[in-house]
Amino acid sequence: MGDGQGAIWDADGAFVVIELSSVHHSALRQHGEETYPHECCGVLLGHAAEALNRVEAVVRAGNTRTDSAHNRYNIAPQELVRIQREARESGLDIVGFYHSHPDHPAQWSVTDLAEAHWMGCSYVITSVERGVAQQTNSFRLTGEGEDDKKFKDEEVRVVSAAAS
Amino acid sequence: MKIHIPTPLRPYADKQATVTVEASTVGQALEALTSTHPELKKHLYSDGGKLRAFVNIYLNDEDIRYLAAKEATPVKESDSLTIIPSIAGGRPSISPRGKRG
Ligand SMILES: [Zn+2]
Repeated sequence: MGDGQGAIWDADGAFVVIELSSVHHSALRQHGEETYPHECCGVLLGHAAEALNRVEAVVRAGNTRTDSAHNRYNIAPQELVRIQREARESGLDIVGFYHSHPDHPAQWSVTDLAEAHWMGCSYVITSVERGVAQQTNSFRLTGEGEDDKKFKDEEVRVVSAAAS
Repeated sequence: MKIHIPTPLRPYADKQATVTVEASTVGQALEALTSTHPELKKHLYSDGGKLRAFVNIYLNDEDIRYLAAKEATPVKESDSLTIIPSIAGGRPSISPRGKRG
């Protein structure tokens, strides 16, 4: 479980955190169990700051990669346009995304990095083994652009649902 | 018209979520956006000046790549453009004797 672990510091002494309620944390993990053995995916809405991405809503999205859903995910841009519009109308921003790794560790893959383009956003990955959610990790996409982007380990801070 | 900027590109658009431009076509709107915010250019277009493959731009609910008139499509004041980079990922299928993963 991601909660309770310490802040993750990088070489510059900076650390990044994604904060979400226990309800949202369970919701994205449960989504991965429901779609098992396929990858689930969704969008995290909230408020973004330099070090802290705070999640206020979890929006499920369809995985368009029905050709290879056990190891690929893709959210239709049209669905993203709609999600971004709804977020804007509720005063929220897209702060991250989540997907699951069926029978695979909760670590980003080379493809995950190559296909990640939302700098500053959190990419949450849950491993789902034999249909049961295991580890949930988050990685912050950092860098100026495509040439120097990288994933940085991020603390997953789960707060009690009543806090918001 | 309004152009909605996704979170990762806002640092290159004076931190704005929405930029308003005057334009009568999609192409003019994008031109106006990148001339006001020149740093956006390299994030939206490759060196050859083509829209980057992972950048989607929607005129209201339609991908501009699929508009019949493409960037020459006329726009009204009430239309909006939304810039939306793609969201995807996955892991290579690794066979035990295959390439290292
Ligand atoms: Zn992945």
